[in-house]
Amino acid sequence: MIQQYANPARFNRLATTLMPWFAWPAGILIVAGLYFALFNSPPDYQQGDTVRIMYVHVPAAWMALFVYTSMAISSAVGLIWKHPLAHLSAQAAAPIGACFTFVCLLTGSLWGKPMWGTWWVWDARLTSVLILFFLYLGFMALQNAFDDPRRGERSAAILAIIGFINVPIIKFSVDWWNTLHQPASVVKMSGPAIHSSMLIPLFMMGVGFTLYFGALLLLRMKTLMLARRARGMSMAQLHQQAAE
Amino acid sequence: MSALTLILHREIRLALRQISDSAIIVLFFVLAAVLFPFGVGPEPNMLARMAPGVVWVTALLAAMLSFERLFTPDYEDGSLEQLALGPAPLEMVAIAKAAAHWLTTGLPLMIAAPLIAVLYRLPDAGYGALITTMALGTPTISLIGTVGAALTLGSRRGGVLLSLLVIPLIIPVLIFGTAAIDAAISGFAVGQHLMLMGGFLLGALVLTPLATAAALRQALE
Repeated sequence: MIQQYANPARFNRLATTLMPWFAWPAGILIVAGLYFALFNSPPDYQQGDTVRIMYVHVPAAWMALFVYTSMAISSAVGLIWKHPLAHLSAQAAAPIGACFTFVCLLTGSLWGKPMWGTWWVWDARLTSVLILFFLYLGFMALQNAFDDPRRGERSAAILAIIGFINVPIIKFSVDWWNTLHQPASVVKMSGPAIHSSMLIPLFMMGVGFTLYFGALLLLRMKTLMLARRARGMSMAQLHQQAAE
Repeated sequence: MSALTLILHREIRLALRQISDSAIIVLFFVLAAVLFPFGVGPEPNMLARMAPGVVWVTALLAAMLSFERLFTPDYEDGSLEQLALGPAPLEMVAIAKAAAHWLTTGLPLMIAAPLIAVLYRLPDAGYGALITTMALGTPTISLIGTVGAALTLGSRRGGVLLSLLVIPLIIPVLIFGTAAIDAAISGFAVGQHLMLMGGFLLGALVLTPLATAAALRQALE
């Protein structure tokens, strides 16, 4: 079934069909989630209205980890089964993940200023997310560093798998070290420690961001495939001109 | 095992013939460390406070300069393909390369580190931890750097790219290396930091040869 979609034309058709199913619910969920987050959820008893930054910050952080994980998995699939779309999907996901990581760092910094009194602290959570950001940048740089694009995507795939070691470190950094960043309060063994009035908009944003990532990923994969084809066609044209 | 020692012998012979390559790295280490007092001022307490961090950071930067040459000459003259075709698995080649890199770069950096610590007036209690953390940390850096060198083999802008890839991965070594020295100076227990660094070394020893070999294989494809 997965082999079937190694055919670019077939994948293209599938992507075109699927994209609205990702894009529309993503748009609706994000708009509705933002409405609940900004206007229709209670302010925090300690943090007041600044808590509303959470509704962007936390889903962006989830996505930063989720996108990296998906990137590492598709890199592994690409290296092991040599599926032609796997490297393409990792390549398409990297800039999206880097943007989510940047949004997470930026909103965290904006949240840190009123709450902690500083834009940045060198605690384990912040540092490991910053490393994640550098890993995304390294992945993209490595991918573009070779004259042979296939060499670049395989090298970058190995890097993505090595860098995956950082993902559990980020997740557990707040438990292993004594950090200024607050510990996990949503995904916990004992159930979430957030009231449902805040949890529901948070999940709406989380699901919305995930679907948005899905739509963007499909779009970027299609674009990359077209760009590759365009390059191939112009190369063929050049060869033809040279032959004549 | 004989393949390992053979490659190691070859690497060390090559390194000794061009001993200035290793010497330049150590010289860079010393010079970079000497720059800081000019930048921040020679106030003794501050320098002593900065000593562990400066020694570790400059050692890392010096090591970064040395990785680019790790596989490039062999790649260009074809001996890397000979090594790949030979009976020894590429993982073994990766370990031998990392070991040779440590002997020719890590070890000299480790020997030069106390000298810089003296210039920075590191408190006496810190020297034992400094040597131990360097002994545990520099082999880890050699192993991780070998992966970076294999990944960027034959790329454009190899050196800068290599640093971009390797530096995020060796930050833990830096954190626990300096934490151990700081703990030793303030009279706290050092053991936990050293154990973590030992864990990094063992983990890198197991995992990095696999990654290096995979990267070399696709570089030679």
